[in-house]
Amino acid sequence: MDDSIVTVQEQIVYERPHALSDVLMSYCPGCTHGLIHKLIAEAIDELGIQERTIGVSPVGCSVFMYRYFDLDGIVAPHGRAPAVATGIKRALPDRVVFTYQGDGDMAAIGMSEIVWAATRGENITVFFINNANYGMTGGQMAPTTLPGQVTTSSPGGRDIETTGMPARMAEMLANAPGSAYVVRRSTYDARTIREARKAIRTALRVQMEGAGFSMVEFLSSCPTNWRMSPNDSLQWIKDRMVPYFPLGDFKVADIVKHLT
Amino acid sequence: MAKEFLEGNIAIAEAAVRAGVDAYFGYPITPQTELLEHMARRMPELGRVFLQAESEVAAINMVYGAACTGAWAMTSSSGPGISLMQEGLSYIALSDLPMVLVSIMRGGPGLGNIQPSQADYHQLTRGGGHGDYRCIVLAPSTIQEAINLTVLAFDLADAYRMVTIVAADGLLGQMMEPAELPPMRSRSRERPPWALTGARGRNKRTIAAFGLEAETLEAMNWQLQAKFDRVRANEVRYEAMLTGDAEILVVAFGTAARIAKSAVREARAHRLRVGLLRPITLWPFPYAAVRQAAASARAILVVEMNTGQMVDDVRLAVEGRVPVHFLGRPGGSVPVPDEILERIVGLQHDRTAQIARDC
Repeated sequence: MDDSIVTVQEQIVYERPHALSDVLMSYCPGCTHGLIHKLIAEAIDELGIQERTIGVSPVGCSVFMYRYFDLDGIVAPHGRAPAVATGIKRALPDRVVFTYQGDGDMAAIGMSEIVWAATRGENITVFFINNANYGMTGGQMAPTTLPGQVTTSSPGGRDIETTGMPARMAEMLANAPGSAYVVRRSTYDARTIREARKAIRTALRVQMEGAGFSMVEFLSSCPTNWRMSPNDSLQWIKDRMVPYFPLGDFKVADIVKHLT
Repeated sequence: MAKEFLEGNIAIAEAAVRAGVDAYFGYPITPQTELLEHMARRMPELGRVFLQAESEVAAINMVYGAACTGAWAMTSSSGPGISLMQEGLSYIALSDLPMVLVSIMRGGPGLGNIQPSQADYHQLTRGGGHGDYRCIVLAPSTIQEAINLTVLAFDLADAYRMVTIVAADGLLGQMMEPAELPPMRSRSRERPPWALTGARGRNKRTIAAFGLEAETLEAMNWQLQAKFDRVRANEVRYEAMLTGDAEILVVAFGTAARIAKSAVREARAHRLRVGLLRPITLWPFPYAAVRQAAASARAILVVEMNTGQMVDDVRLAVEGRVPVHFLGRPGGSVPVPDEILERIVGLQHDRTAQIARDC
């Protein structure tokens, strides 16, 4: 028996991103909020901006975002995150400021604030979580609920005759004169997760270069309110959401092309 | 500094600049628009932040964002716009953030009109938005006082970390008067220990007007009330004029008080024992001062440019010990000294008649 001391060289190949706090998240099993949080935190780590980043939480499931990120943070009133972020960014132009907003927060009550932040070319980054319903309040119809989709406030399925068609935010904000980088991604498989990670990094770099408004929309899952298993939810994103909300780049201004 | 001939809105704006405001966000609305226009020119030329927001909703939330970084932030508006700001003001209140709001009141309700009014007394002194909170409310009656109170507003907002309001009306905002501006103050302040600046070399900081558990939010509420109690104890301001021997006490604020002063002087010339108590802080309201000034009074006359709002506070102050009468001109009308004098004389006659009856 060899009694010599064996030194084991540990090599860390994977760990919690520094920009994420070591706390339990309140998100439901299978919800992709947690995954998207992790991707954002990884990008913040990679860019080395944790010490100068300020996050603006919305109202909705991700109101608790400020607890999960190890960053300075503020909770904005419902829909007003882009205006709060504007105030922070104008006061501290050298900091990195992002909002994290759901579809009810941004596309319903906060439509005015987001359109104007993009129109002004506000130098902030917006992460937009589109899960086609109001998660926090128990699954009501959202501006992004698909035609015919059953929710607690569209029990017969969304009737487009009376409620119109779902809002396509990435396409809309790509038209804003001040937007520099507006894309839609998802996280339903390894490939889309990889592309989402890259887009987050690009969006933050757009801001760091002072190039204008940047937004990444994520098609996200809500297994609890969709009444589906986590796997079926990911499949539903792919089969039902992507046809109406195509993944892709909707605005990549010339001055930020080198960042993509 | 010498006296200059200044318009109220511009005097308030320039006073804010000299007090050290870092960031202004606003939206045009009569009768305060000149304030925003002055800021549009002055703030950029001084390298400070000016942004015309897309709405009052956005403006107050931009203030919220700037204030959370420790910047001295402000906005200004009038009743309809301040109605839209209530959500943000409520959040800012529970967040313990300093900010200054200038309210140049106009006739209401609804779109109302653009004439001077005091109809937003309740809106400003009762919190205004949802939840239990108060704002410090300073009511000038001259342009010089508007300047002084604007500077004070920043100091109070900073000291107590709360929303501080300069409450004037369209008349004070639009008229011109000689007044002296203060010298430019240095803005080299230390960033406060609660400011969000990015967690560099320290733990992260959070600002959330939010307490999910009942015990948490209850504690936050009591903490807020303890702060408001300190303000009540330390910051009451008022002017008492000829109240020592007053048999009839007039209580009025702002423009109405200015007009009432003329009526009180006129009444004194007619040997009527009349005095004026003018609250300068509408919140905290000078309850004790009103009670004291009313000690020798047989009647109180409250004069307001509304249908009767501050009169509630006067009644609370005297707790039924003195009859409280009211003269109000709502909807943008401004009372003239003669109609106030007429009511004073009428009250004196009632009193004389009562003495005759009693004898």
